[in-house]
Amino acid sequence: MRNIAVIFRKELRSYFVSPIAYLLLTMFALIFGFFFWNALGYFVFVGMESQMRGETFPMNVNEQVVRPLLANISVVGLFFIPMITMRLFAEEKRTGTIELLATSPIRDAEVILGKWLAALALYACMLLISAVNFAFLFKYGNPDWKPLAIAYLGLLLQAAALLAIGTFISTLTKNQIIAGAATFGVCLLLWILEWVSGYETASWARVISYMSVIRHFESFAKGVLDSKDAIFYVTLTSLGLFFTARSMESLRWRS
Amino acid sequence: MITVTQLTKRYARNTAVDQISFEVEKGRIVGFLGPNGAGKTTTMRMLTCFLPPTAGTAVVAGFDVLEQPHEVKKHIGYLPETPPLYPEMRTAEYLNFVGSLKGLSGSDVRKQVDYVCQRCAISDVKNQLIGRLSKGYRQRVGLAQAIIHNPDVLILDEPTAGLDPKQINETRDLIKSLAGDHTIILSTHILPEVEQTCEQVIIINKGKLVATDSVQNLQNRARGFESVLVEISGRNGNLTSAAGQKRLEQVSGVSRVSLKETRHGSLVFEVESQKAGSIRGDLARTVVEAGWDLIELRHTGMSLEQVFLQLTRTDMPSSPDKVSTAAGEAR
Repeated sequence: MRNIAVIFRKELRSYFVSPIAYLLLTMFALIFGFFFWNALGYFVFVGMESQMRGETFPMNVNEQVVRPLLANISVVGLFFIPMITMRLFAEEKRTGTIELLATSPIRDAEVILGKWLAALALYACMLLISAVNFAFLFKYGNPDWKPLAIAYLGLLLQAAALLAIGTFISTLTKNQIIAGAATFGVCLLLWILEWVSGYETASWARVISYMSVIRHFESFAKGVLDSKDAIFYVTLTSLGLFFTARSMESLRWRS
Repeated sequence: MITVTQLTKRYARNTAVDQISFEVEKGRIVGFLGPNGAGKTTTMRMLTCFLPPTAGTAVVAGFDVLEQPHEVKKHIGYLPETPPLYPEMRTAEYLNFVGSLKGLSGSDVRKQVDYVCQRCAISDVKNQLIGRLSKGYRQRVGLAQAIIHNPDVLILDEPTAGLDPKQINETRDLIKSLAGDHTIILSTHILPEVEQTCEQVIIINKGKLVATDSVQNLQNRARGFESVLVEISGRNGNLTSAAGQKRLEQVSGVSRVSLKETRHGSLVFEVESQKAGSIRGDLARTVVEAGWDLIELRHTGMSLEQVFLQLTRTDMPSSPDKVSTAAGEAR
């Protein structure tokens, strides 16, 4: 446990002493802000229009602002994951510091968990920044906070799974660019798998679209905590971390 | 402190380390010597539990590298060929990190960081970014990192590679000052380094153990050896290289004669002897008695360098035996 904390602190620090963390936070804040402004603008537009027409269309901030906004953000997250995970192991392998970790009295699992948790913490920081936007929403509107919390939990679970996969890919190469590009490809694939269900309803298509990480976010976006989707993310996370451990072990046999 | 038995590392296409066995006593400095690609780094990586051996085993500080790697890791300090540094960290911060990684508690870490900074003379760069340090400082930070948890065994892979002469001397002195408290294995392909720093030397070549002996014995042996260049010219064509070689080989004490070059009308032989005392007088007499002209007779000596080259020469498959007998005679 102590060792995990040692690695965690070191990783989080190196995110924040380099420009990576600030770049990601800034980009995320801008993109989130844009989506937020869009979603809100559309909400106001629809509201005014229905008023002018004299209709009493039921308006709901959670359904019409939070849900589409966070569904977008779950896709935006896919683009940020590779930038967070690509350096985790690739850099240590390139500079040789992996030898320090591997010859210290610390278990592989502790190294992996420490690094993965640091990546998750950085992602959580990004999400935290978006809370600024919601502060305005709460000041001028009255959204329900519970579905919002569940949607954020979903974003974190989804990121945990993708970060675990990214961590695994980072152990496979010395080259950060390759690790980043491969992770990006896998993330993208895990998103578009869902599209199969658009034209095909056979069981194979359902299996494939079930693998899509975005599909499992839908219930979270609605504010529904569906154990089926939560378990999917947790399973994917464990699988990613398990493969990372196996890959780290095999480094010793191959190098 | 270190017992290596039949240690072997095989890869798909080649054998990097082939059945190496040796022992190192507590508190000694041992030089691990061999040309580049001899298997030094691979052996060290197996001793530090970074690589698992294909066959054989090693016991470091009382623990088996295969059975109890976790315990071994607690008792060793390791400086790989490129110091494992994080350029974005400050020196003190980095040493703090390594200290806690090695299992030191909070207050011990601070104490040890101060201690190793002073010991390795890096106190003045404590708050500098490692990425901005010079090569010499980086090497010393690497050494500081290796000794931070006061390990029983220190394993240093080419600790002086790439340093300038002044830094090399400083590093050597530092390593020497660490002996006694620590058992040290250092690898190098530079011979004088072994002569100056180490008490014992292990020579490997192409993955095989070539010799293991104390530096003292090797030096004695080098002194015992004599290597002489003899240039002879014949009269009226009475000299052939075969005849010359045969005649020189008959001189008492001569162990090896080889033809070095053929100059215009004369032959140059290299003659080696294992006899204590010079053979030059005997050689001169032999040449003259054979009716040849002695053009030059030059003592070329035999440094540790030549011993090393001889031992690691590829055309000498039986070199291990030769070393042990030669060493025995020198004693």
